[in-house]
Amino acid sequence: MKPLLDIEDLRVTFPGRSGSIQAVRGVSLKLGRERLGIVGESGSGKSQTGRAIMGLTPPQATVTAKKMMFNDIDLLTASARQRRSLRGRQMAMILQDPKYSLNPVMTIGRQIIETLQTHESVSRAEARDRALAMLEAVQIREPKRVFDLHPHEVSGGMGQRAMIAMMLVAGPELLIADEPTSALDVTVQLEVLGILDRLVADRGMGLLFISHDLRLVSTFCDRVIVMYAGRIVEELASADLANAQHPYTQGLLNSLPRIGHDRHPLPVLDRKPEWAL
Amino acid sequence: MSPIPTQAGSGRTSARTRSLFLAALRFLVIVATTYLGLLAVTFFIGRVIPIDPVLAVLGDRAPQRVVDRVREEMGLNLPLYQQFFIYVKGALQGNFGTSVLTTNQVMDDIRRVFPATIELATLGTIIGALFGIPLGVLAAVKRGSLADQIVRIIGLIGYSVPIFWLALLSLVLFYAKLQWAAFPGRVDVVYEYSFTPVTGFYLIDATMQGKWDVLWDLIRHIALPAALLGYFSLAYISRMTRSFMLNELSQEYIVAARAKGLSETRIIWGHALRNAAVPLVTVIALSYAGLLEGSVLTETVFAWPGLGLYITNSLQNADMNAVLGGTIIIGSVFIAINLLSDLLYRTLDPRTRTR
Repeated sequence: MKPLLDIEDLRVTFPGRSGSIQAVRGVSLKLGRERLGIVGESGSGKSQTGRAIMGLTPPQATVTAKKMMFNDIDLLTASARQRRSLRGRQMAMILQDPKYSLNPVMTIGRQIIETLQTHESVSRAEARDRALAMLEAVQIREPKRVFDLHPHEVSGGMGQRAMIAMMLVAGPELLIADEPTSALDVTVQLEVLGILDRLVADRGMGLLFISHDLRLVSTFCDRVIVMYAGRIVEELASADLANAQHPYTQGLLNSLPRIGHDRHPLPVLDRKPEWAL
Repeated sequence: MSPIPTQAGSGRTSARTRSLFLAALRFLVIVATTYLGLLAVTFFIGRVIPIDPVLAVLGDRAPQRVVDRVREEMGLNLPLYQQFFIYVKGALQGNFGTSVLTTNQVMDDIRRVFPATIELATLGTIIGALFGIPLGVLAAVKRGSLADQIVRIIGLIGYSVPIFWLALLSLVLFYAKLQWAAFPGRVDVVYEYSFTPVTGFYLIDATMQGKWDVLWDLIRHIALPAALLGYFSLAYISRMTRSFMLNELSQEYIVAARAKGLSETRIIWGHALRNAAVPLVTVIALSYAGLLEGSVLTETVFAWPGLGLYITNSLQNADMNAVLGGTIIIGSVFIAINLLSDLLYRTLDPRTRTR
């Protein structure tokens, strides 16, 4: 089967004071209708990979790749207008913290409707109905009430569900979730993940799950990509995580706490300069 | 399900009424204290400046007997707290005494000159906002580009070049050379008595009475000073708009809006500016209040019979009643505009609404 997303040698370069800096240095990946996790520490280029796919790289940076296909669309040659019409309708992105990623002066309902109206010509009543249905789909108990609330009036978990509703309401095939639960409480994290999991499965979407939480990614995703300094250092099925080859991945796994085991002293990553080559 | 941090269900309406009542009460207390402070300060100024009001009325050749009598008539022999009490009572009734210079009630004078200033300031602010906001948005969106630099230069000139100098130059150009603008003043003498000043806002009066020739003449008079004040406030508003917009455009919700596939136009005007509008309201309100204080220099150059000119004239003639009356009126307007912008702030930003 043809992959949903096919990327070869993706590079994102930022101009810097002393020469340019490559945040992403040759990432290749294929994504079908599955859940692919990207893990890595801050600055490893995982978020910039996601943003480059969305076409949301900051204007001063440049994106290059040998190949960047989404369905049958060549993202490298697509016009800005074409990329924009893809966003929200065929590919969407969930950001980290609903406190900042929802517009504070707009009601949640209007923000969901806005996605719909951007991509489809729907009547107001229909848009409202579909937004309410979407709020219900992300398991918000009183969709009618939440519809009229502003982002500051809801909790983090509720906000993130509203975010998911806003991004999925136009029915995208690819969802990039950039640390979607990192800003949430642990108990709420699981709820939100459960909702995300079900929606992705029901709609047969492809999911790119970006996180720094190796344990979370391995339980949630089918495959895991480990990034370090802008490169993929390891790619494996979630079940094979224990057999990770790369010393960086092993180091990460070793520093995870385990119930019933003593982790003192906590092992420290012994970074080798050759990892970043 | 996570708990919802807003109150719901019974008791909501009564709680709401009570909080609304408390808000109104706080509002009143704030206004009253500010106003009292304003009166105290103006009273204090009136007492400490080395101007003898008796001297101002009588001149320096009056015999001591008359001076003493007038001093008593003016209540200046009373203890200070009584004087203050009388002062506050008068001010609350809008009674600031008689102007030495015009021999009218100060309040009547102000009623006559203030509309002229309001007209000018309002037009100036409208022009400033109408051009300043789009320019500021443009500068923020195209940050670092030529357009940004041009807007910066326009702003810098407007902000740093003395406005009376620009006013003189514009008179030389538009009145003396091109003859587009009218002679300084508010209206030509020919038209002065051809309509009845009902509201005191001549533009409105002329329109309501269908005196189109008068209206045209008024526009020819107000255009230059309004454009100059507009330019002055444009300079400030565009700079502030730019910095508010830059702040908003770097927020995460802008990334989210892009991820939804919104157009740049929608993102800039519908999302970023809608958020930047919240602090911008305060900026525009303050700049409006600043213009209402009467831009003395502009009014002088354009012989505009406004409040600024009135107060300056009074000050130069030691007409303290008029000066203090004018100051109190300006202070009151300042308080009112601040409150208004606070209210507007509340409607624009849902986070500041008391629930």
